[in-house]
Order: sequence, then C-alpha cells, then structure tokens
Amino acid sequence: MKLAINGTTQGFEGDPRTSLLDFLRRDCGLTGTKKGCDHGQCGACTVLVNGQRINSCLTLAVMHEDDEITTIEGLGTPQDMHPLQAAFVDHDGYQCGYCTPGQICSAKAMLDEAQAGWPSAVTGDLTAEAELTPEEIRERMSGNLCRCGAYSNIVDAITQVKEDAR
Amino acid sequence: MSKSITLDQPDERNLLDRMAQGTIGKPRNRLEGPDKVSGVATYAAEFPASNAANGVLVTATISKGEVVSIDEGSVMDMPGVLAVISDQRMIARPAQGGAGEAPVQQVRQVDYWGQPVAVVVAESFEQARDAARRLKITYNADDAGELVLNPEDAKVWEEAPDTETVQQGALPQAMAEAAHAIDATYTTEGHNSAPMEPHAALAEWDGTKLTVHASLQMLNYNIDELADSLGLDAENVHLLSPYVGGGFGSKLGISPDVAAASVAAMQLGRPVRVVLSRQQVFHSVIRRTETTQRLRLAADSDGRLQGFGHEAKVTNLPEEEFAEPVTQASAFLYPGQDRVLKVEMARIHRMTAGSVRAPGEAVGMQALEAAMDELAEKSGIGPVELRLRNIPERHPSDDIPYSSRRLAECLKAGAEAFGWDDDDRRPAQRREGEWWIGTGMATAARIHNIAKAEASVTLMEDGTAVVATDMTDIGTGTYTVLGQIAGEMLGLDPADVLVRLGDSNLATGPGSGGSWGASSSGSAVQIACEAIREELCDMLGCKDEDLTLKDGFAIHSNRRQSLPELLNGRNIEKLGKLEPGDTEDDFSQASYGAFFTEVAVNAHTGETRVRRMSGAFGIGRVLNEKTAKSQCMGGMVWCIGSALTESMMFDRRDGHLVNHDLAEYHVPVNRDVPHLNVIMVEERDPAASPLQAKGVGELGICGGAGAICNAIYNACGVRLRSFPMTPDKLIAELPDI
Ligand code: FES
Ligand code: FES
Repeated sequence: MKLAINGTTQGFEGDPRTSLLDFLRRDCGLTGTKKGCDHGQCGACTVLVNGQRINSCLTLAVMHEDDEITTIEGLGTPQDMHPLQAAFVDHDGYQCGYCTPGQICSAKAMLDEAQAGWPSAVTGDLTAEAELTPEEIRERMSGNLCRCGAYSNIVDAITQVKEDAR
Repeated sequence: MSKSITLDQPDERNLLDRMAQGTIGKPRNRLEGPDKVSGVATYAAEFPASNAANGVLVTATISKGEVVSIDEGSVMDMPGVLAVISDQRMIARPAQGGAGEAPVQQVRQVDYWGQPVAVVVAESFEQARDAARRLKITYNADDAGELVLNPEDAKVWEEAPDTETVQQGALPQAMAEAAHAIDATYTTEGHNSAPMEPHAALAEWDGTKLTVHASLQMLNYNIDELADSLGLDAENVHLLSPYVGGGFGSKLGISPDVAAASVAAMQLGRPVRVVLSRQQVFHSVIRRTETTQRLRLAADSDGRLQGFGHEAKVTNLPEEEFAEPVTQASAFLYPGQDRVLKVEMARIHRMTAGSVRAPGEAVGMQALEAAMDELAEKSGIGPVELRLRNIPERHPSDDIPYSSRRLAECLKAGAEAFGWDDDDRRPAQRREGEWWIGTGMATAARIHNIAKAEASVTLMEDGTAVVATDMTDIGTGTYTVLGQIAGEMLGLDPADVLVRLGDSNLATGPGSGGSWGASSSGSAVQIACEAIREELCDMLGCKDEDLTLKDGFAIHSNRRQSLPELLNGRNIEKLGKLEPGDTEDDFSQASYGAFFTEVAVNAHTGETRVRRMSGAFGIGRVLNEKTAKSQCMGGMVWCIGSALTESMMFDRRDGHLVNHDLAEYHVPVNRDVPHLNVIMVEERDPAASPLQAKGVGELGICGGAGAICNAIYNACGVRLRSFPMTPDKLIAELPDI
C-alpha cells in the first residue's frame, strides 16, 4: 500500500502492528514527530492526516492507504519556517522542544478548524462565528501537553499568527 | 592554554557590564530554536543506527521478593526475538543525581513494583514489545510481616543523612509565649518529573569502546555511573546528549534504559535502542517523596518571628541516601532564634525517591508559605507586610551575611504589578456567579550553588567563535546563554558563536541540575574568554581595560581592526576553569522572589481555576531575559500542578503505582494556565559567580503552590493543609451559598 507523506509517495509493507508514529519516525526517518506516551495522552505525536490533526500513535500505518500525511518537516525548514514555527521561536513557545512539533502541527489544524467555524467546549454561542480568544486557544490546545510549561508563550505565539493572518 | 578562577572572594569586577557588545541579558531567540520547531533537533532515540535492535524492559509485578526464574523459552521462538537479558550489569534503580557510581544493580532482587528485571531484545520494537509482554517470570514474593509499603505504616524514622538538624534555643517556650503562634501540619503527595521525552538510550559497542546516545542531564557523573555499572574504564565510555526533552531531575543519573541498552549492545555486538514506555517513566525511574511537614511559627505582637520550626517526614527505598531536603530554605529565609529544623526518613518499598525539580524547596516552601499565610491572618498583618518584617539581617543559625538578596524588591514589585491589596484579607468576600474569587501570595526562595566547571572557547581565524563543553541544554537555554556570554566577552553576535554541548568528550562541566548549570559553565566560558582577551592584548600591546571588542572588531587607542585581520590565520583556543571557593561558606546564597495569584473556586464542585498569576524574581544577573522568564513560567506551571492536581497514587495493598501515565497523573494542560506575568528584578550577585548570576531553573516552583493554597482560603474560607487541593477535598468544606 501507499501513502503520501509531505507530498512524497511512500510504500508501506511492514509489520501491521506498526503505528503511524513509528512508521514515520523509524521507517521514513521523520523523527520530528515525537513519541511522548504512545497512548494518545500527550499530543507530542500530532500530525495532519488530510489536513486534520490526529495522534499518530493511536492509529496504524496500514489504516492510511492513499492518505496525505503532513508532519512538522512538511510545514517548514529551519531556513524557511512556517509562520507558526517562526512565532514559536519569537515567543519562546517551547523550552526543551520535545512537545513542540506536536504543538505546531496541532496549532495549524486548530487555526483551520476555527476558520471553518468549529466550536469548542468554551464557545458561548454555537451559531456565531468562532472567535479565537486566548481562552479558546487554551481549550483547543489542551490536547498537547508541555511539561516545560511554555503554555503562556504558546498562546501568545498562536495569537500572533492568527492576528498576522487577518 | 587555560585560566582558572576560584571564587574565594566575591568577584566584584563585573566584567560583562564592562563589555561593549550589548548582547548579555537581552531577550534573544534561542540559537537552536529553528531546529527545534522544524523537527530537525535530534533526541536520544532518534539517532540513525543501521542494524539497530530494539529492547523493551520487563518490570517487576511484585513490590518485594526475588525473581525465581525467567522462562526465556516462552518468547525466544517468537519472530525477531534476539535475546532475553537479566544481567547483573543492568541497574535495578536509577543513579541518584551526582552519584558518580553505579546504583543498586541486583535486578533479580526486587525492592519495588516496576523495578526492571530483564530486557527483551528483538529486531523491531513491535516484536520486542510483544515478547516482553509474554515473557514468563516466576517470583518469590516476600510479603511477610516486615514489608512496609506506605509511609503511614512506617515505624522506624531515621534522621536524614544530608540535611542538617538544627536545635536552637527553646521553641516550645517561644510558642507558649508568642503573641501569635501557628502550629500546623501540612502534607504533600508524591510527584513525578514526567519529562515529555521518555528516557531513551541507543548504545553501540565496538569491542572496546561504548558509545551511548542518551537523554541525560549530567554527563560528567553519568560516565562514571555507567562505567562502574558495566565494569568498564570511564575512558571507554562516550555519552552524547545534544538535546534532552526535559529532565526535571529524572535524568540527573543514568536510568535503567541506559544500562540495559549498553549490556545488550555488548552482548549482541550490534547497536541496541531501549526507550522507556511512559508507564516505565512513572514506575521505574524516580519519584519525589510524599511529605508530612509540621510548621511552628512563634511571632511577637508585631509579627516578628521569635521561634521557627519546620520538621518533615519523607521516605525512600532501603539503601538510598537521598532524602528530600524539605527544610533547605527554612534554614535561611526567616528569623527566629528558637529554632528547630529536622528531616526524618523512613524506608518503604516504592520506587526510588530522588531529585525532582527543586528538591527540598519545591515542597518545603509551599507548606511554609501556607503556614505564613495562617500567621498573617492570625496576627492581622498583611501577608506582604508580614514577610517584609521577617527578612533577617544575618543567617539565623550560621551567623553569616547574605549575598545579594532582592526579596523585598520582589515582594514590592510583584505586589504592584499584580495590584495586590495587603489590607483587606477577609476570606469569602467575593463571588461571581457560582465562583468564589480570592487572591493569595507567597515568597519564593531557592538555594544557589555553583560547581567545578570547565569550558573551552576558540576564537577562530575567521572571527567566529566555538564554545565547547559537556554541559547540557534541557530546555533551559544553555546553548543561547553560553553564546551570549562568549559574544559579549569577544564582541561577537551570538549567531557567530557555535555552541557545542552534550558530548562527554568535551570540556567537563557539572551538567544541568540544582539550577547550577548556567552560572557554573557560563562562568567557565567567561573565564576562557578572559584568557583569549589577554592574548589579544598581548598581540596588540594593550591592557584589557583599553581593549574594546565589538561586532567582530578589536578597538584600542583609536585603532579599529577586524578580528580576521588581527588573527591573521590563527585560532586562539583557551580553557576556562571555575572552582567554587570560600564564598560558598562565607555567604548565605539564594535566589528569591514572590508569587501573586487569583483563583476561582466553584461553590458547587470545589474545582479551582487559576485566573491570574504573577511572579517577581531576583536571580542575580539575567543572562537572557527571554529564556530566564520561560524558566520562571515553567516553574509557575509546576506550582499549579503541585497545588491542584499532581499526586502519585499507590495501591496501599501491593504498592503499585495506580496512576502511571499522563491520563491519570495530571500535569497542567494549556487551559489550566492563565497568562503568566514574570518580572525580573535587576540584580548582580558577585558572591554567587563570576557572572554575578544565580540559578533560575527551579526558583519558579519554590512557593507558588502555597500562594494558590492561600488564594483558595481567601476565596472560599477553606484552609486545606493537604496538597494537592483537589475538588474532593474542598467540596466537603465549602460554605453554603
Ligand atoms: S505519543 Fe501520541 S499522544 Fe502521546
Ligand atoms: S517544550 Fe519541553 S515539553 Fe514543551
């Protein structure tokens, strides 16, 4: 079977027990996606599958025939950073950096979700346009743990990208 | 070649402020930032190694006893399985921070649930994981009478080995005579460091030399721990930790994965990778002990402390020397000539207790600061005013002066930034719908230490520089601050300084632990740069005072020469060495600060939300305002966890850790944390280090949970003396509305 990773077609023939996360990290050499718990509890492994965020440790590689996967490496490079990546650097939205790729992939999809009008648990009026207040960002980013405690700066980084995009 | 400074006197030269580059202290972005946000930064398990096999640890399912047999045949026929190893060179416990020798190694002698007993190695991770799960092990469980699993069942309490007991004057009498006295007992539960990167090691053995990529904080000590465990010479062990995905104490000493991967690589003659599962991070590495703390505060009618008592009970496994130094800040923070400080330890069979971020103050300060709030209320003195009245002139037991101490400034700056009202502290006065609203504050304090450190700096012929040391960056900003120190001293943009870290072949530093890394290794970098400047002065025939280095140019006597021109094809390499000296004993040295917070407590459910939090901190010279503030913010997030959610829960019948993952052990998530306001109070501390900087990595966790506890009381009038203050504890006490 085949799947597209960061725009490149990849074959998968491996052990069917292989999670999408381990496939990316080991077989594709894309170690930017991190393993923090392997149980869907931390968000470090967040990648985009057909544009939506997913915990790649909670899904098997074999389940993604023909899917388009975007990892942190597909968003930008050190020389050519995605605006979210640049904002995380400017706002110090990280410390050890281990949760960071997951945070950024999650933020990318989260911004798109809000753009598409998806409400969250803290949205007051479900029919009004979703406004990404800091409280909304905190709620929507709560699936991504950061033990270094960079949350305050992460919210600032995402807020800046949201505002720059206006 | 080298220059050495021993800090026997305060270093009043203040070299960095005399320099011209103007980069030190600035809120510069991290040098390695683009690599981290792009997923290019490589952590231990991620280094490529062709032909690497994968090991998965098997851990004990009893709390004490022995392994009778391991039935290798139960898994050796499974696809891909290469070996089942249960070897005396493996380690049964992690090494304690700074141990520098092997920890307890008998993996077949079980002392706690979750202890590693074997490692199963297979071609792939999936194969090894499956086989590890199916491996049949027979235990002889020793559950006869003596087995103590819970602190409340412990009968023998010994004096903690490393914490000085203080018995001064007559505290009971001071308590009896005090105008205002508090005698309160607080408890805290066990904590796990829970770094986001699980401990991991990739070991390669070439028949003589062992190379291990691992996630470790203090390579200098780790080399000896691993060499001793394996029976190798330290020269034949090479450790690499260029990136560490969080440590918080749990990676101070080698962890079981490091020894297991090494033994397996040596046995199989091929690279072996062992990564701990998240559950193993919880039950096979370290915990912070639970504590019971009795605080006695005896104040005169003005609120001035005449008597002070802090006695704590902690636990650890048999044979471990580490005892959480709960009273560490209590020794110097507040006055009181009638004084009792004591830590007692009992031996129980839970996983190794060790250093978790800010061992001692993290739990000691939160209880002390909650008790201080009780004293403020009882004496009718505002909490800030009470603390301002209790700043001692000299160390209350050792009678030595303090080095620079900005506690009063932090209290005032923090109060002002927060909009603190010190006068009206009546509880349960403000409600917004179903939420009680209240505020609380606390002092922050954490001892300062430096350690012996070496760093090499090379000024390259092209006018760039290379800094090299085995120091680590565990998220603390080491890459960046060392680049800024060298940049300031040598007149370079830090972008032109290549900082190499986390390689045990490089100059030896103390590593990241106890908040000592930046001031120790940073001082060594400064000293190496001084030596380079001396050589440049010789070349130019001028004095250091007359030499200005800025933007890659050397300027003196109205002459301006580019560094490449001046160096004319040569590199200047110098080794800087720092030794701690007499200032360690001549001054009481610590970082200080103050926390202010506002919480909302739900009147029906007892849920607490932190709505605002500010902290003002005095840490000596700030090396990088951005990364220093991030360190403080991280600490404040830990305060929220410690106050409200974090608690290791053990099954009291068999000693196993029940909440051994991130779904059940609740670290704060984004929504638990408000915007954090951090104020850095300007300070230089010449006694602390040649940089005049002190530690920052732990200060932010030392006391803030007390501020939250005090805010809960102020909000709803419930004074819980039991951390974390979970809804189930609060709900029983809440007032009717
Ligand atoms: S590794 Fe997937 S959620 Fe933690
Ligand atoms: S940056 Fe370390 S866990 Fe988030």
